[in-house]
Amino acid sequence: MSAGSSDTKVVITGLGATTPLGGDMPTTWEALLAGTCGARTIEADWVAKYELPVTFGAPIHTPADQALTKVEVRRLDPNAQYAMIASREAWQDAGVPEVDPERLGVAIGTGIGGVWTLLDQWDNLREKGPRRVFPLAVPMLMPNSATGNVSLDLGARAGAHTIVSACASGAEAMGLAAEMIRSGRADVVVAGGTEGAMHPLCFAGFAAMQALSKRNDDPAHASRPYDVARDGFVMGEGAGIMVLESEEHAKARGARIYAEFAGHGMSADSHHIAAPEPEGAGASRAMTEAVRNAGLSATDIIHINAHATSTPVGDVAEAAAIRRAFGEAADGMPVSATKSMTGHLLGAAGALEGLFTVLAVHHRVAPPTINIENLDPEVDLDVIRDTPRELPAGDIAALNNSFGFGGHNVALAIKSYS
Amino acid sequence: MAQTEQEILEGLANIVNEETGVDVADVQLDKSFTDDLDIDSLSMMTIVVNAEEAFGVRIPDDEVKNLSTVGDAVTFIKNAQA
Repeated sequence: MSAGSSDTKVVITGLGATTPLGGDMPTTWEALLAGTCGARTIEADWVAKYELPVTFGAPIHTPADQALTKVEVRRLDPNAQYAMIASREAWQDAGVPEVDPERLGVAIGTGIGGVWTLLDQWDNLREKGPRRVFPLAVPMLMPNSATGNVSLDLGARAGAHTIVSACASGAEAMGLAAEMIRSGRADVVVAGGTEGAMHPLCFAGFAAMQALSKRNDDPAHASRPYDVARDGFVMGEGAGIMVLESEEHAKARGARIYAEFAGHGMSADSHHIAAPEPEGAGASRAMTEAVRNAGLSATDIIHINAHATSTPVGDVAEAAAIRRAFGEAADGMPVSATKSMTGHLLGAAGALEGLFTVLAVHHRVAPPTINIENLDPEVDLDVIRDTPRELPAGDIAALNNSFGFGGHNVALAIKSYS
Repeated sequence: MAQTEQEILEGLANIVNEETGVDVADVQLDKSFTDDLDIDSLSMMTIVVNAEEAFGVRIPDDEVKNLSTVGDAVTFIKNAQA
């Protein structure tokens, strides 16, 4: 359809999710505004068997087999199962767009990929021999399995891309999707992130890094971004997917438009493989670039969905980066840390929070941050606490921050559409 | 542990159903795995691996291409069990 250019407006026409708060986007959003926490004690036998130091997480609210067929569950790793559920919802929500398959793309991020399949099949090899390794092991464990299966499901042929940048993956995928549309490669792209990595190895690995909260006796209050007593993140799982579309294509088919995907900024810290750069230089560059790329100015931004994972170092580094990027203008940017409710969905986090940012702009209400008893004095931001905050009328824009191990920084700019 | 042809067919039909979603009732002796049941070679291997475990037999990779119908598979498994 359109040849695409840097002037091509990209809009968001469909949303889908499966999360610790709900099996779909509306349920998740409603629970989020209500301040619900998705964290709970894990009942699996492996918690005790391996004496895991962390015994809780934020598993998906609605089991995948309620949305998928028995054969789909058998042939897809949880990582791809969640992506399929969220993509199908987003596609329906967008009104099942009629689009030339060669103009339809997919971009889905994941932090870890098909880790359940990888390790289950390794067990099969060791315990039963090579003949018992499932013939679909490789297509299930490969990190692009979710992307490939969604492309197959929707008949998308413009290109199907997998972004792997740890906890920035989902947001980076959405940025890439917008670039595909602006450069003229696609009219419609299904984009987001997925993660199904609540495997004992991942718990043990993140715990060994001292990255996870150890508040085992009180999971519901463990994820507490910006609180002085925060002690690490709470591992979650799920997927968040949006349908991005050129404005021209969306208008031609009379689609409902949630918001404009106005721009994105990306940078790399090159500082440390896991720790954020403490001055927030890289994170701040991603934010200012997102605002510039969107053709906005700092005063247009009236809300930030922060990365804020509830780690002692990360939360204050991001707060410093926001000040560094926007100075006094940050006073007018009330901040939500939604991981206080969803937990940290790793490679899906940036995508899900991108969806939250879209809905905040669309409904003009920003979700709360829960579990702050004592705000860390080093966090010099207007943090939205406990109850949602109404956002102003007129043209508004909001940012979503996502950062990942490896030093990846991604900021998305979402603008109201009229 | 030799089984009757009917027992093997029922067991195989359940495996085919579990791996591919094909209706148990459609898995009949005269049906071709590829032409009638639309089962690709990768899915065929998942059936073979599970059939080996379920029936306690070995189905060599070279033999799989000769199993074009459900009946071929049932006969092979029955002979291998004998």
